[in-house]
Amino acid sequence: MKYLIRLSALLVCITPLSLVANPVVEQLLQDYKQQSPDRPTAAKGKSLWVLAVRVQGVDEKRSCTRCHGDSLANDGQHAKTGKTIKPMSPIVNARRYTDAQKIEKWFRRNCKWTWGRECTADEKASFLLYLTTSTD
Amino acid sequence: MNIWKPLVLILPVIVVTTGVVYADRDEREGEGRGWFSSFRLDVAPVTDPLYQEECGACHFAYQPGLLPERSWQKMMTQLDDHFGDNAELVEAKRQQIEAYLGTNAADHANYKRSKGFARSIKADEIVLRITDTLYFKRKHDEVPARLVTGNKDVGSYSHCAACHTDAAKGSYNEHEVRIPGVGRWDD
Ligand code: HEC
Ligand code: HEC
Ligand code: HEC
Repeated sequence: MKYLIRLSALLVCITPLSLVANPVVEQLLQDYKQQSPDRPTAAKGKSLWVLAVRVQGVDEKRSCTRCHGDSLANDGQHAKTGKTIKPMSPIVNARRYTDAQKIEKWFRRNCKWTWGRECTADEKASFLLYLTTSTD
Repeated sequence: MNIWKPLVLILPVIVVTTGVVYADRDEREGEGRGWFSSFRLDVAPVTDPLYQEECGACHFAYQPGLLPERSWQKMMTQLDDHFGDNAELVEAKRQQIEAYLGTNAADHANYKRSKGFARSIKADEIVLRITDTLYFKRKHDEVPARLVTGNKDVGSYSHCAACHTDAAKGSYNEHEVRIPGVGRWDD
């Protein structure tokens, strides 16, 4: 019994550290690595996250923060509909990055909406590294 | 022998019957609200978790009972250009959602407001926005634009839940309206 309690206490302690090792994200990072020779980093992800791009036919510069807000730990707000979007950091929002299909779906939609094109494997890997480790 | 016992048993029957009678009257009159109508919802709430997840991600998950089946059908075949956004789904999910919307659409629902929305659209017309239906316009024609488009916490009429505090439960009762920065709605 005591052993079990200690074990679960240990698990609780290491959970935050193992966030990057979330199996869904791990698998995606593996897949992206096979598609791109570049080395993705969290730092690259961070600068891409705030990179504002002007797409042809759109009369504003857009970045990921346009809907997800200035901090990964806080709510964001959808640019067009005003709906609240929950924090992007899995450290404050445990439901994040738990479904590979969902992640791929939103990368496709949001990269097109924000930058007018799909993101590359290296960009997506960098985003995931940044999003899963930072609360900035 | 306690004489109250039979009364206590009968009371709920009386209450329920009166409620039904009044609700029924309410239904026929369309506009008025009967005694018990606050217990009745305006449209059926969303029950499908897939719909809630997929169609509630970018905006409030509009209840299927707010538009007739033909509107939903058309919308579900052009998700790649969904009011200027891409809302495409994998085919299996798209079909499942289309079926849910169809079954629960305004023209099949037995809810007062649903009937109102459905009837306000001409038979040969397909309206894609709830906010473009005649019923919607009629219900909101007394609300001044500065409280909607001129209100940064509302932005547009499409944002139902910004003003209707119980919209997610399928309740659009005018007495529950709180316009951000303005408060209760008293007309
Ligand atoms: C137009 C608004 C908007 C913009 C701009 C936007 N997003 Fe999103 N994003 C959303 C919405 C809505 C969701 C889904 C709702 C949710 O998960 O809370 C989402 C979800 C995501 C998810 C899925 C997270 C998960 O839990 O699986 C990722 C990843 C993501 N966005 C990345 C990005 C990136 C990268 C950018 C910039 C290239 C970006 N987003 C720009 C609106 C936006
Ligand atoms: C990627 C984001 C996104 C997703 C996902 C999405 N929508 Fe929308 N939807 C929008 C935008 C943007 C608008 C236009 C809002 C505006 O004009 O203010 C809109 C508008 C609507 C409207 C019209 C509201 C009105 O003004 O009356 C309906 C109805 C609607 N969506 C239904 C759906 C359904 C059903 C689904 C699921 C199949 C869905 N939406 C998924 C972004 C999305
Ligand atoms: C700007 C705030 C606002 C928004 C946004 C809004 N409404 Fe309303 N709505 C009102 C007000 C105020 C009334 C009462 C109008 C009156 O009594 O003249 C009302 C009335 C209604 C009624 C009639 C209720 C009754 O008791 O008679 C329905 C149904 C309704 N709204 C549905 C919707 C739907 C569906 C949406 C989103 C597509 C929506 N509303 C968006 C403010 C709003």
